[in-house]
This record gives sequence, C-alpha cells and structure tokens, in this order.
Amino acid sequence: MTVRDVLGGVRWYLREVAGESAYDRYVEHRRREHPGEPVMTRRAFERWRQDEREARPQARCC
Amino acid sequence: MRTKSIAIWSAVAIVGAVAWGVIALMRDETISAAWLIAAAVGSYAIAYRFYARFIQYKVLGADARRATPAERLDNDRDYQPTDRRVLFGHHFAAIAGAGPLVGPVLAAQMGYLPGTIWIIVGVIFAGAVQDMVVLFFSMRRDGKSLGQMARDEIGPVGGIAALIAVLAIMVILLAVLALVVVNALADSPWGTFSIAMTIPIAFFMGFYLRVLRPGRVLETTAIGVTLLLLAIAAGGWVQDSSLADTFTLDAETLVFCLIAYGFVASVLPVWMLLAPRDYLSTFMKIGTIVLLAIGILVTLPVMQNQSVTEFAHNGEGPVFAGSLFPFVFITIACGALSGFHSLISSGTTPKLIEKETQVRFIGYGAMLMESFVAVMAIIAASIIDPGLYFAMNSPAGATGGTVESASQFVNGIGFAISPEALQSAATAVEEETLISRTGGAPTLAIGMSEIFSGATGEGLKAFWYHFAIMFEALFILTTVDAGTRVGRFMLQDTLGNVYKPFREVSWKPGVWLCSAIIVAAWGYFLYAGVTDPLGGINQLFPLFGIANQLLAAIALTLCTVLLIKHGKLKWAWVTAIPLAWDATVTLTASYQKVFSSDPKLGFFAQRDRFQDAIANGEVLAPAKSMGEMNKVVTNSTVDGVLSALFAVLIIIVILDAARICIKAIRSREPLPTTEVPAQPSRIDAPSGLFDRREKELVA
Repeated sequence: MTVRDVLGGVRWYLREVAGESAYDRYVEHRRREHPGEPVMTRRAFERWRQDEREARPQARCC
Repeated sequence: MRTKSIAIWSAVAIVGAVAWGVIALMRDETISAAWLIAAAVGSYAIAYRFYARFIQYKVLGADARRATPAERLDNDRDYQPTDRRVLFGHHFAAIAGAGPLVGPVLAAQMGYLPGTIWIIVGVIFAGAVQDMVVLFFSMRRDGKSLGQMARDEIGPVGGIAALIAVLAIMVILLAVLALVVVNALADSPWGTFSIAMTIPIAFFMGFYLRVLRPGRVLETTAIGVTLLLLAIAAGGWVQDSSLADTFTLDAETLVFCLIAYGFVASVLPVWMLLAPRDYLSTFMKIGTIVLLAIGILVTLPVMQNQSVTEFAHNGEGPVFAGSLFPFVFITIACGALSGFHSLISSGTTPKLIEKETQVRFIGYGAMLMESFVAVMAIIAASIIDPGLYFAMNSPAGATGGTVESASQFVNGIGFAISPEALQSAATAVEEETLISRTGGAPTLAIGMSEIFSGATGEGLKAFWYHFAIMFEALFILTTVDAGTRVGRFMLQDTLGNVYKPFREVSWKPGVWLCSAIIVAAWGYFLYAGVTDPLGGINQLFPLFGIANQLLAAIALTLCTVLLIKHGKLKWAWVTAIPLAWDATVTLTASYQKVFSSDPKLGFFAQRDRFQDAIANGEVLAPAKSMGEMNKVVTNSTVDGVLSALFAVLIIIVILDAARICIKAIRSREPLPTTEVPAQPSRIDAPSGLFDRREKELVA
C-alpha cells in the first residue's frame, strides 16, 4: 500500500461519509436505469436532498 | 481456527488479563491510565471476536445470502445499500454524544474502579448486545421503529408504554443535556462568546452549501472548523475586552436563551441551521475523540483518584446521592448500556445496512467504540486532583461558592485542597472560578486540558479547556435541536390520530404548536434544574439515568420476546440476563428514589422534610428563602412522580411481554411475527471491517 493509496482511501471515506458522492451515484443510477431521461443538475439535486431531510429527522443520542 | 490465530488471541487474552490484574491488585498505589486502556481494548477484542460472533451466527442466525431491506427496497433515499465502513461512521456519530462523557465523570465520585468495570462488562454483555440485536430484528422488519415493533410483537399495551417512555426520556434527556451546557457557560464570557459564534458560523455554512457551492460538504466543513477555532481563540480576547460584560450571562438568562434557540432552531428549515451544525459537530466530535485517545496514549497520565472511595459504600457522595448499587449503573448509561441507542438501531441504520452479517460490525462494534470513549472520560476525570474534582462537582449549596468555603467542604468529606490551589486551577484555564461547576463538562475539560497541555505545553491550557467546553456544548446543542425535532414528529404523529392535519409536515400551526410543547416540556425541567437550591444535576441526573435504562429494559424485553417467538428459547438468555440485571437496577433505583426515608435519596422524603419545615415557618439550608423552600417541594414532587411512573411503565411492559412469552412457549405452532420473508441477496460484500480475503488470512 502506497501513501497515495492511503490518501485516496481517506478521500473516498470522507466523501462517502459526508454525502458528497451522492450526486455522482445519482447520475450514474439515472444513466443506467433511465437512459435518455433528464438528470437533475447538482444544484437541484442537492436542494432536493436537503429538503427531503426535513421529513425524516434523525435523533442524535446523548 | 489456525495455529496463528490461536496464538494471537491467546496473546490478546493474556494482555487483557494482566491489565485487569494490575487494576485489581494495585490498591494503595497509583496506577497508569495505560492499564485501563489495555484492559478495555483486550476485553473488547475478545468479546467482539467470540461473543458477538456467537450471537450473530448462532443466536440470531444472520444470513449473508438473505437480502436486506436496503437491497430489496432500494429507493436512493431512506433505503440504500451503504458501504459498511461508511454506515459504521454514521451509526457511531448518531449514538455517541455527551452521554458517555458526562456519566463517567459523575460516577468518578465513587472511584474509577466501579465505573470502569461497569463500562467494560456492561457494554460486552448488555449495551452492545442490545444495539446489535435491535438492529438485527428491525432489519428483518424493513427498519421498523422500536415503538412499532413493541406494538406489533408484544401488544397495544406494551406499544403505548414504549411510546410514553420514548417521549419522557426525550424530554428528560434534552433538559439534562441543556443543563450541562448552562452549567458550563454560566458566567463564562469566553465560553458563551465561542458558543454564540457557532450560530452565525452555521448560518454561513448553510447558505454556502445551499447557494454558493451546493453539495460541497467537506469544503464547507473545513471552512466552518477554521472559523470555529478562530471563535475559540477570539473568546480569550473578548474576555479581556470591554465586550466581556455583554457575554457574561447568569444561568437563568442562559436558560431562556437556550429555550428560544431550541424553538427557533427546530422550526427553521433543516438546511439553514441543523444540517451545517450537524456536520460541524460530527467532525469536531470524532476529531476530538481521536485527539483524546492519542493524548492519553502519548502522555500516559497517572490516576490521582482513588480506585474506590468511601462514597461507594455509604451513599453520601456530594455529586449524586445513593450507594454503588444501583446508582453507578444508573449514572453511567451511555458507554455501558443505553436505551436511547435502540431508537437509532431501529431508525436509519437498519434501512441502510448492506448485508445481514454486518450487524456485528455496525451494532456491536460501534457500541464498543462508544464504551471506549466512556473509559477515556473516566480517565480524564480521574487524573485530576480529587480535591478539585469534588470542589467542582458538588452543588453550590454544599460548597458555598467561594474558594475558602469550598476548600473547607472538601476537607470535611475526607479530601484535601487549599483555597490557593483552587484559585490557581481556575486561573490556569482563565476562568473566574471552578467551584461547583457541576454537570461533568467543565471537569472533563480540565482533564482534557491537562492531557493535551501535557503534549503541547502549559501555555495552551486555557485554549484547550475552552476547546473542550466548546466541543461538548456544540454537539449538545445539535442534540437539543435534533431531539426537539424528533419529539415534535412523534407528537405530531400522535396528535394526528385526533386531528389529521397535525400529521402534515407542512402545516405550520401544527409544527409550531408541537415544537412549542416539546420545548416547553424540557424547558420546564431545565429551568427547575438551574434554580433548584439542591443542585439540578444532583436532582435530575438520576432521573435521566432511570429513564434511559427504562428504555433499555423495553428494548431488551422486545429482543427476548422475539428470540422466544422465533423458537430460540434456549438462546433467550443472551438478552434475558442483561434484561434481568437492567430491570433490577432500574427498579431498585426507582424504589429508593420513591420510598427511601433518607431525604437526600428519596424524593418524597425530601418533600416531606421541606414541607414540614415550611409549615413551621423554617428555612432549611441550602434554601435561602421561603420561595426556594417551595421550589424544592415542587421539584421533588414532580421528580418523585416521574420516578414512580417510570417504574410502573417497566413493570407493565415486562408483564405484558411475559404473557406473550408464555403463550409462545406453550403454543404448538410458532406465533406469527412481522418478519419479512427471505429473499435471495445479489450483493456481495464483506461482513467485517476487513475484506474477506484478508479475513481468511487471520481466521
């Protein structure tokens, strides 16, 4: 394992945990499952994702 | 098992056993914190490798070939197969908060040994088991919540009792956590300024993430953390400037600030305040926990606290009343066994888990991590001078509030510290005073500043102290915000049964009304706690512990019922034994809190004592006026009634569950459950932290 692998792994993990990669996954999903249909822009997608959280509050423990 | 594996696990067992031996035998000498770490890590490793594995495969029958709800119902939103390491991060961030840091600090009044043993043994046999088994059963039911499962599998009575318990614990939890923040910030312009600054910082982050750079969470968080560190440093300048008076707030003013904040934060859109705060506090939390672990390992501090103090036996400790059994087990909930986790384990996590066989890694593993945080907290509280510890954690009514009277009080209970030492401890962290800074956060901050400054130099002590205060206050406020929201949703859902529009998330009057009710409920206890002459933490913390363990009792009861319903009577002891222990502890504590004739311990005895005095026109210390006397009477009545209510709820749930268990055992046919039938899985994913190929090399 090189230093580059480790840094790449850290970057991957942080992006996944923070939800930054959600858009990439969404685009990939749309292209695969619904080819030819419109894909939301990043701005629209992130807005939708944030507003979606409104209805599902997650408790934080003590 | 191969020879290499046997050798490795024997070595782990020996290290753990030696560490336990040193802790147990070195009675009159001080020991290094390293031994506690070694005992904890050795025990966790063995429990994870053997006991958790046994539960996963033998008891639960987790099956890697069976599709999880995330796979079957994948909708790119709440159901979504998530990488196990990512989900572990999310789950840990949701379960770990201020609880494992505060409880152990308070329990240190009985010495470090009882708390440490309970944290380690409790997590292995109770806490981590609960988290994992609830996660498993909820996963098999498409991620149903604890309340729903209790209603479906036990019956309407158990379901309603569970619902009341969840709401009650939410209110008490929020009040106690808010009380910790108030006690940490009262009359401290540095702390108050830094925390106040987190609100504009969060607004800025929210705006940045919404409008300027949508979705760039890491970049936004990096900016937020930088601003936050700046705010902590700036707090020091504010303290020395003419602004100091503006940010010097007394406890009562802070209560109203927090109540206003809690209401506004819970009705604002999530993206504006909650989401950015959540990013900030999660990264700060994980970062600080890692720093603390490194700090302890690098400096290897020596324990100053006694292993067992006399308060463990006589029950007269000033921090909280009552003897070792049952009160250590009530005070340390998070870190050993926390009922609240069952809400997380039956919330988002079961809908995201990729493989059934990952419940051990995520459910059991994340709880072991939290337990480790609790061990670090008890270390941080035990490396400081015990005299200072008691001066900080005894209620103001006992210490008298000045360095002289506090020194006298500490000497009176068998510990020693001079007024000069108390003053210089406060000066070192640039606080006016450290006397009666109850609630655990300031004590932990002192311990952490001791550890960190041991690694970075004495000059940074004040910075580290305020850093620690900030880090705790930050995520407590996030909990208050998120908890108020969750409570509001439950209330909206319940009221929706009576009047439909309440269920609508977008119906503003309903949102405002329900938010206001939840905030008023915890705000009441917060205000009562802050103004209580007997000390809010002293009075309310046991109630919080009892409520949390009550929820654990409901969760463990549900697990036991389900094991029996699924025909696994012979393995039912896995959750039945921790349940029996938890029920004994909680019921004994409630019994003592309700019926004890010692006014320091029993709420009603306390009430009678003050009521009689009022009738005779006397004012009893620590109350200073008739108004305060009446306050004590009201508070002890409310707290006593709640203790009794919690005990009744546990008994109802257990009796109702026992009925179902007997029915299940007698029945020829298995009783119906709501488990979703098996479907084959198409996902291939490893079950543990490491990839299977690597795992095979170890196993």
